[in-house]
Amino acid sequence: MESCRTWYGKALLELARRDPTIVALDADLSKSTMSTYIEQEFPERFIEVGIAEQDMIGIAAGLALTGLRPFANSFAVFITGRAYDQVRQAIAYPNLNVKLVGSSAGLSDFGDGATHQSIEDVSLMRGLPNMTVIVPADHIQTRAATLYLGTHTGPAYLRISRTETEAIFPDDYVFRLGKVDRLVGGSDVAIVASGTITATALDASRRLASIGISASVVCVSTLKPLDAEDLIDALEETRNVITLEEHSVYGGLGSIVAESLGSRGGYRVHMMGVKDRFGQSAESFTDLLDCYGLTADDVVEAACQMIGKQP
Amino acid sequence: MPFDQETVAELQNRSRQIRRDILEMVHAIQSGHPGGSLSIVEILLVLYRKKMRIDPQDPHSQDRDRFVLSKGHCAPALYAVLADMGYFPKEALKESFRRINGMLQGHPDMNKTPGIDMTTGSLGIGLSVGCGMAFGARILGKDFRVYVLTGDGELNEGQVWEAAKTAAHHRLDNLTVIVDANGYQNDGPTRVEMNMEPLAEKWRAFGWDVQEVDGHSIEQLSSAFDQVPAPSGRPTAIICRTVKCKGVSFMEEDKVKYHGTPPDGEQLSQALSELGC
Repeated sequence: MESCRTWYGKALLELARRDPTIVALDADLSKSTMSTYIEQEFPERFIEVGIAEQDMIGIAAGLALTGLRPFANSFAVFITGRAYDQVRQAIAYPNLNVKLVGSSAGLSDFGDGATHQSIEDVSLMRGLPNMTVIVPADHIQTRAATLYLGTHTGPAYLRISRTETEAIFPDDYVFRLGKVDRLVGGSDVAIVASGTITATALDASRRLASIGISASVVCVSTLKPLDAEDLIDALEETRNVITLEEHSVYGGLGSIVAESLGSRGGYRVHMMGVKDRFGQSAESFTDLLDCYGLTADDVVEAACQMIGKQP
Repeated sequence: MPFDQETVAELQNRSRQIRRDILEMVHAIQSGHPGGSLSIVEILLVLYRKKMRIDPQDPHSQDRDRFVLSKGHCAPALYAVLADMGYFPKEALKESFRRINGMLQGHPDMNKTPGIDMTTGSLGIGLSVGCGMAFGARILGKDFRVYVLTGDGELNEGQVWEAAKTAAHHRLDNLTVIVDANGYQNDGPTRVEMNMEPLAEKWRAFGWDVQEVDGHSIEQLSSAFDQVPAPSGRPTAIICRTVKCKGVSFMEEDKVKYHGTPPDGEQLSQALSELGC
């Protein structure tokens, strides 16, 4: 198991070694977001703004205006929520080259509870014109997406989980903006997942195979701009679609897939995610996912219901 | 260096013309914010005409001094000064301001208007952006300066004070905040709506070098800008005591109304005759 945020922090450091215009900001969470790596090696290119996310976003905008490439770090809930107006007014609207990195995203900060968990961040960010939204599924994709953002131009939001992951992608995986990754083929039902919960989709697919149900798994890491044609191609084998995300079903992956498929007709979409509830504290991440109906068992049950088979 | 009499007279003449442009602009479209635009005319003229290292022919130069109009609703004053500097043709003031597909938006837009260094409008954000620019100069080893103009009502926004602590902590001595202390905000006098006085003491307490000047005195403004960067290594706050609606008697008498109300045709004639231009 590898830590996504550590892989992010090391990838950012790698970018900083290559490119002297890479700078990082943090709002007193550098040892959680892992911007601490760049802080230690390049203190002159790290700006500690204190516990002041709104200020941090404005500063990041100012840095971008001088030609630098700032990565602003905080918890997902704060960088997208606390500083939403600053992101809208000072980053997205002027279309500035700032990367927003939201750490401890989704329910992954299980102990801290609802105040620190982000179930609406993707929805908030993708509603902003000019904003790119990327949600990696494992540490490999986290690194690949971070390296990609080192040369990307314009505003982007990168959602980083606090959890550890088994590798889904090969070591040499290269991130392709807008493209989906077909992980498993299958003809009865398609599980479309984003983020670290993609591992749960793979687990569910294996369990479904053992009971004779063929379930494909499609990983969507670019939530905006998503190449809808690429998604449609990945769904060529079946029109029964389950979306799975560690985010509210309002405005996240489920909405995006439904928007992409809606005008084409003929698809059934069942959305799995957090159903209009806030998070809460729990003893473990697994317990929390179980409580919100986001386990492999839940996916198996949904798939069986969708195609009218007994689990 | 202090201005000679000729320079002062030249800027005073220009200030009358800029005020005329502001009034004609908001009159033409019958919307916009004349009051706070009229209070910042001398500040903008001294900066743009005499203090900032800028070239209207090269508005994106990496080495230029930067200006952020954090009180973005006073865009008419900035547009009039930018046109006067030659960033774009003066005809745009009346033809484009607040008009659909126009280059002069209701609030400054860096991607639509040459000479605008940062898009603003939502209050309280500009000083943080100025901090970022000042950090950028430090990281890139450049010596450009950054000027941020805020309103006194705008100081109600908590983010201004977040930025104030950052600039002082990191000793951003290439950053100057100019407070247009005209004593009024949208709903009424600042002392009634939300009193932020004593301004100088607040900025000083946050670790800034503070000057307090008559914001309509070209000599005092010039002398204040000449003291930047402060020998203390601190960022500089210049508190400009100004008069909202400055220069037009009937507007000065009803400052709350003319925060966001343009003059009608008759009022415009009276205003222009008072300005003597």
